[in-house]
Amino acid sequence: MGALVSLVAVAVLALLAVTAVASDDLRLVFGAVIPGVAFAVFLVGIVARVIRWARAPVPFRIPTTAGQQKSLPWIKNSEFDNPSGFLGVMGRMFLEVLFFRSLFRNTRVELISDREKVNYIGTKYLWAAGMAFHWSMLIVVFRHFRFFVEPVPRVVEMVQVLDGFFKVGVPVIYATSVLLIVSLAYLLLRRLADAKVKYISLPTDYFALYLLLGIAISGFLMRHLEKVDIVNVKAAIAGWASFQLVTPEGVGALYFIHVFLVSVLLVYFPFSKLLHAPGVFLSPTRNLANNNRAKRHINPWNPPIVGHTYAEWEEEFHDKLVASGFVLDKE
Amino acid sequence: MAEKSPQELIQIDLDPPKKNWMDPSVDFESRRGTWSYPGGVKSIEYMNYANPREWSPTDEDWQLPDNWQQIIHEGFKERLGKYRSLRVFMETCVRCGACADKCHFFIGSGDPKNMPVLRSELLRSIYRNDFTLAGKLLGVFGGGRKLTQEVLKEWFYYFFQCTECRRCSVYCPYGIDTAEVTMMARELMMLVGLNINWICEPVANCQRTGNHLGIQPHTFKDNIEFLCEELEDDLGIHVDPQINKKGADILFIIPSADYFADPGTYTFVGYLMLFQQLGLSYTMSAYASEGGNFGLFTSHDTIKKLNYKIYHEAKRLGVKWILGGECGHMWRVMHQYMDTMNGPTDFLEVPRSPITGTVFENARSTKMVHICEFTADLIRNKKIKLDPSRNDRYRVTFHDSCNPARALGLFDEPRYILNSVCNNFYEMPENTIREQTFCCAGGAGLGNDENMEMRLRGGLPRGNALKYVQDKHDVNLMSCICAIDRATLPPLADYWAPGVEISGVHELLANALVMDGEPERKLNLRGEPLKEETEDTTDV
Repeated sequence: MGALVSLVAVAVLALLAVTAVASDDLRLVFGAVIPGVAFAVFLVGIVARVIRWARAPVPFRIPTTAGQQKSLPWIKNSEFDNPSGFLGVMGRMFLEVLFFRSLFRNTRVELISDREKVNYIGTKYLWAAGMAFHWSMLIVVFRHFRFFVEPVPRVVEMVQVLDGFFKVGVPVIYATSVLLIVSLAYLLLRRLADAKVKYISLPTDYFALYLLLGIAISGFLMRHLEKVDIVNVKAAIAGWASFQLVTPEGVGALYFIHVFLVSVLLVYFPFSKLLHAPGVFLSPTRNLANNNRAKRHINPWNPPIVGHTYAEWEEEFHDKLVASGFVLDKE
Repeated sequence: MAEKSPQELIQIDLDPPKKNWMDPSVDFESRRGTWSYPGGVKSIEYMNYANPREWSPTDEDWQLPDNWQQIIHEGFKERLGKYRSLRVFMETCVRCGACADKCHFFIGSGDPKNMPVLRSELLRSIYRNDFTLAGKLLGVFGGGRKLTQEVLKEWFYYFFQCTECRRCSVYCPYGIDTAEVTMMARELMMLVGLNINWICEPVANCQRTGNHLGIQPHTFKDNIEFLCEELEDDLGIHVDPQINKKGADILFIIPSADYFADPGTYTFVGYLMLFQQLGLSYTMSAYASEGGNFGLFTSHDTIKKLNYKIYHEAKRLGVKWILGGECGHMWRVMHQYMDTMNGPTDFLEVPRSPITGTVFENARSTKMVHICEFTADLIRNKKIKLDPSRNDRYRVTFHDSCNPARALGLFDEPRYILNSVCNNFYEMPENTIREQTFCCAGGAGLGNDENMEMRLRGGLPRGNALKYVQDKHDVNLMSCICAIDRATLPPLADYWAPGVEISGVHELLANALVMDGEPERKLNLRGEPLKEETEDTTDV
């Protein structure tokens, strides 16, 4: 149900963008005004959110330790799974952010009731699809810099050449374009086909996937099917990059769908689960060293709570203590 | 739970039902055996907690304060401002499902709300509705729910069906820790008077007497003396227990279960034998007579309150540093909370083993050392003589307790000890040990009898892994370093892997420990012959 509602929502958004082709005014709105506003909302939204997280105190140091601690010098500790200091934390975060180390550990439970067996089988599909999607996305976004910067930076050109290594099609089909669409399709199908994942999915989980798929597919078609006029696109984008409203000319419906869906994504990002991107950096179970006993962690709001003191305790049990021959502080 | 056999209980369907999870409903009456009784009035009043009253989850009316929704809303808001963890965990989950089948309660029950992701969504759905723009605008479509009484009943059921073991957080790509979410939810429920007696009573006991079991000082002393006399009678070994002794070098803190009930008592006697052999200058305390801290399952304020006595007593007795016994959640508190809450400890010295001279750099600030670290160091430096053959009747495996595993990373120290004190040691399958270890399903206050069906269900993953090594290697003893484990694992093992006994690590150490001038050992600490009597093959 949620999957369907979200599909309809994204389809309606795409159709909305198509209307822009018809009139000059709407072309200006969808091709320049909305993307500009969306980008501003994205930036401000993300910054505001991260500031709000960063300002929330971390009263306790609560890392999840996933390896041997550093204790006695002759016991080898696992610095990246159980960091003992700053460098270890950097290593752990590096592996987590760039290579999804926690997800790499994933297992799948298999319950064979008749034989009374519970098995745990390593499974890397989710990790692989996640890696494929996020890395492709990163490279695809990076490739888009050729539309924003003139002259095109060397490094962008190099990435493009590498990405088009297989030299299939004219213009060349980039490996990451295909990977992006395939990995998103896998993540969507998994959500629909895996009973457990389907059960936990919210409508918004599908919405994000449809939106990204819509963006990826419209972009792909624009390059390979419609073959839009890059010069016109670049002129339009150069316009809003320099804060001037330029009506995009010589581009079709796909362009408007693509740009509008990207705009929706940008606006949606700071208010949704897509915040996991900055969130992972601030997760207290991952970004703190497990050196609790070596270095005192300060709680900025440590409440002034006092427990049952020894004196109170001694007074309460005075007679029993005396009868049992305890030496008392207060006779 | 006698009515269901293991073969029946394991018929579990892990596929979720058709019904949308957002419609709350828990029928407490038909689910007896899977929830815990509410906190007793006496304990709640003693602790000044909110809303003391007689009630039962099966009641239609839970007698909440009139403005309970407002109380929870404000409590939630306050905690969002005080804990970055809560804020980040409420906002970053993408429902990827990696955690879904990692919870022992989910594996053992198939109840979809025991998937860690949905357990957190119980709170998160309210968060979205109350505190986010998208949740307010999109309603159910955006995953928001209103906090109704039905939702609150669901909170009570499922947040007291989480043992705060943190296994799910190992797999979460954002490190979302369900234990933290459960702790927050329990704090919120405390504000309107929803709690369970197996937590509230130990907390009140601990506040008053110093320990969860409510053992008063004279009984504390009697118990310990009795255990020592028994040791002398059975094995002819004499130990002098030290209690409330000012000027000792070391304050020794233990979970109260260790000096109260089998099989923890064997481990307790084991500690004392080791100290006797070393001639260690130590003292226990009848006031700080509990290392465990059920505040961890109640509220952060209660953790601090109950933990107060540790440093307070160390200062009063004038010790140099603190040594801690085998206990799981106690060590989460000592390691991750104590120094922050009740430090700094400028009146203590950096722990240094008086036997080996080793300085415990990892405990430089809290001044508290885990006994497995202490003992592993002794063995490594060859300061004690061990005869592992005295444990030959045992074929041993090791259960990593949740907190030493996932809050400290104490994996190799106990294994080093075990490999030095017994000849037959076998690991359970790799996805069930170390950081991936499975809970005993009775931690976080859930180890009570009325919750037995849920404990046995949640105990399936551990029990099944144990059965595996029992079948494969004839394992007959599972060792662990947690007092709750030593109380909750015996029924679990009896059910899923009958014939396997439970022990602490220092019980096995004491069996193997060669003491000066000791009489020849024929029995172990349980009074069993050291070697299984060999079958008499000759005809009589």
